[in-house]
Amino acid sequence: MEKVKKKIGSFSFWNWVTASIIFRLILIYFPKNLNLSSRPEVSTPLTSFRRLAEGYWLKQSFMSPYAGSMYHGSPLLLSLLGPLTINSLVSVIADVVSAMLIRATGQNLRLAYLRSLESLDLVKQIEVSEFLFSGDIAALIYLCNPFTIVACVGLSTSPIENMAVILCLYGACSRLIPLAAFGWVIATHLSLYPAILIIPVIFLLGCGPDSPPRKLFLQRHQQKEVLNQSKLPPRFSWGPVIHFAFWAFLWSVYVLVLCGISLKQFGGLWEMFKSTYGFILTVEDLSPNIGVLWYFFAEVFEFFRNFFLIVFHVNILFMILPLAIRLRHRPCYLAFVYVAICSMLKSYPSVGDSALYLGLLGWFVNELADMQFSLFLFCGYVGVSLLSPVMHNLWIWRGTGNANFYFATAMVYACLQIVLVVEGVSAMLNHDRKLRNLITGKPQDAKS
Amino acid sequence: MELSFTQGRWNYESWGGFDPISSSNAKPPGVELWAVFDVPQHHIDASWKNLTHTLSGLFCASINFLESTATYSTPEWSFPPASGNVRYGTLPCEAVCTENLTPWLKLLPCRDKAGIALLLDRPSLYRGFYHSQRGRCVLAKSSSVYLLLDRGLVAELKFPNKENGKSAANGLTSENFWSNPSFELSVNPDRIFLEESSSHSKSLSILYMFQVEKYSESEPFDIGLMWKVPVAWLCQQTPLHASRFLMGSGNERGAIAISLKSTQFTEGFMSANSKDGSCELRVDVFQVVPWYVKVYFHSLRVFVDQQPRAVSDFIEKIHVSPSKDKMSPGVMEVVLKLPCRVNTAALTIEFDKGFLRIDEYPPDANQGFDIPSAIISFPNFHASMVFLEDDSLNRSPLLSKFQEKCPVMSYTEVLLVPLTTPDFSMPYNVITIKCTVFALYFGSLLNVLQRRVAEEERFLKAKAAKKTGRLPLLLSKLSAKLRGSGINQD
Repeated sequence: MEKVKKKIGSFSFWNWVTASIIFRLILIYFPKNLNLSSRPEVSTPLTSFRRLAEGYWLKQSFMSPYAGSMYHGSPLLLSLLGPLTINSLVSVIADVVSAMLIRATGQNLRLAYLRSLESLDLVKQIEVSEFLFSGDIAALIYLCNPFTIVACVGLSTSPIENMAVILCLYGACSRLIPLAAFGWVIATHLSLYPAILIIPVIFLLGCGPDSPPRKLFLQRHQQKEVLNQSKLPPRFSWGPVIHFAFWAFLWSVYVLVLCGISLKQFGGLWEMFKSTYGFILTVEDLSPNIGVLWYFFAEVFEFFRNFFLIVFHVNILFMILPLAIRLRHRPCYLAFVYVAICSMLKSYPSVGDSALYLGLLGWFVNELADMQFSLFLFCGYVGVSLLSPVMHNLWIWRGTGNANFYFATAMVYACLQIVLVVEGVSAMLNHDRKLRNLITGKPQDAKS
Repeated sequence: MELSFTQGRWNYESWGGFDPISSSNAKPPGVELWAVFDVPQHHIDASWKNLTHTLSGLFCASINFLESTATYSTPEWSFPPASGNVRYGTLPCEAVCTENLTPWLKLLPCRDKAGIALLLDRPSLYRGFYHSQRGRCVLAKSSSVYLLLDRGLVAELKFPNKENGKSAANGLTSENFWSNPSFELSVNPDRIFLEESSSHSKSLSILYMFQVEKYSESEPFDIGLMWKVPVAWLCQQTPLHASRFLMGSGNERGAIAISLKSTQFTEGFMSANSKDGSCELRVDVFQVVPWYVKVYFHSLRVFVDQQPRAVSDFIEKIHVSPSKDKMSPGVMEVVLKLPCRVNTAALTIEFDKGFLRIDEYPPDANQGFDIPSAIISFPNFHASMVFLEDDSLNRSPLLSKFQEKCPVMSYTEVLLVPLTTPDFSMPYNVITIKCTVFALYFGSLLNVLQRRVAEEERFLKAKAAKKTGRLPLLLSKLSAKLRGSGINQD
């Protein structure tokens, strides 16, 4: 879904931000109960606030919060969010902070892109003046996205998980290594999947933000027969990476110690890992959600269950290496693709996860301007968001529909996400090809 | 150990709840089994499994379904003798049929050819509203038939309704009780027992005993009771009438509500204890829910006299054992302290409905799933009847049974919860469609990643064509490819 705005309009960026905050507050304090928190697209067994309240009650009653199979989140969230009564305001604050961080990272990326174009002497050939402020656009996409608003108002912990991921990427882009390590550790602790973001973070810390491939710089300077070292992007440096590893280790020890203390008499850390990571990996709860795994594991025979569990999780892991090889010069884009793949293939997806990668997509509006199927994707997303609650209602509340109706919309949603990821990667690679062609002076051959 | 097979529900409103029969003998529909074990703690589950299998074989019933941990629970307070060693399991939807009656009859010495079993005529038995078999038989030296006139009936007979136009107290005494204006017994009882004074009611029950051995083939024992005038009486009820129902609609979530309403007994009790400033009625609630009814214990609400009240005001103790998916049911034991003058009280608790795999559904999946009866007990009251006996040597075991002090208990209804079902005909379709989607993702992403520009391929081919010989050609192709993946990054 690309909202490519040529002009921000008569409103400035801050006006839009204020408008979206006010809209969220209106929805939170709406007199009639909107029932958003009970929608399966918004709250999953991992992110549901009701389950957090149940876990908190169990803890207050001196029982393990993981005693029943209700709560599957982090014990730190219990201590933080349990006592708070006005829980939705925490999500609003998390959204605003995430938007600000997205904006800062976007500005960082845009400056890095301009710098690299200058050093490639392509400033005249590419219409730099038409470049959009990708940071502002990405932040506004994240804030004004209906998915984000629904996840914020609907009492789920997705805004906090998204904030942790964005914090990690911001820290890595701005070379704030302790912050990046903190974000990464918290994001992995809250939901298992951001662990694979360590690869783009390593690339970010080693090489710097997104830039065209190194080979292009070499080619350009071979043409000019001037080797100006200062204009080349730096080589991969291991120093920041080791620094990051040290800080990540520190933060993870700290987090584990805190969890261990809070769960000391309830089975300790092993119980926590079994209930959180074990729950994510074994897909025990088969409540419908916007993903595709629930129906699959409801229907598959017991004999093949473990096999398919391994297949689905390896699908995420397998793509890490090819993508990393191909996109290592663009670590932020690599992070975006990883986040998109995780949101698609994770055990309990929700619209909050989609909100994250749609927001990150805004960073690359300049590079992905030629993406195919953008209108199709936009209409597809709108259509699925409208149809999915209808099918759910037909199945669960009226009893006139079937599980297949709802599953069909979930499948279409998965296909849309696949098309988005594939076309996005293709468009980015085409952009690099275009740059290469501009440098080598060959005729533009965007598609091959 | 106690095992019972019951079909039908004991109607507490019409048939009373306070006498020993209704209190300790009325059982929930289906099969109920509870047992206290004497073995070390870690052996109890294995012993329970053996017990269920043995009983299942003995009684031709599917009691072996109770072996899995998801069906039985460990109550802490509700079964007073031993906490921690008790295991409790029920199968609410188990139908009781003649097949289950036969093994019971086999336990009797003469089977169903003679003795009391002759009375158990199968068609008439199963046509009734309620019948129950309970495994707690006591051996008697002689067989007798007892006819119990409970307190409400006695009160009604002694002081009949003025509307019928009869005069006041008939002056009935124990001797001529069987011949009185209201009813007539065809056989004279051999012995009459009068209950000793009861603390909860003004009138006392009367027990007639008929000894069967006095009769023979020539003089058959045929007892009949004929009502001369229509008599309507109210059996003594439990202090609060308990009922349970489901709230909410749809297949996603709902709520269970237990409502307690005061009966005419409570009013009597109230007036008796009106001198007491703070009188409290203690109610114990024991409820087991299966794991697929995921209860939110933090949403427990208490309503007293239809006003929502703070939970801590009325709940003295609560013990909760949350359900683990597919492993154990959810157990809730609550001790409520209600004021004696309470009119109505209600407990509500919300739940989410779970989703099962297709092999976990029973054959008739759309019927729904049962939540077993909850046990509401009033520990302050004891349902026991003490009968005056002159001959203490020949103590009848039935009378000893009546004298046992057990708390007044009542069982609520069994709830039927419909759960959503997936499409059972779809396993292969779902698997193939899903795997197609995954293949689409996998294939197209890899394709995009390794796609080469046409001219680069031509360049590589041209370079390879310069070399001669097969092996060097292959080697150069290989090295070109390797170098290509290293340098040519687009």
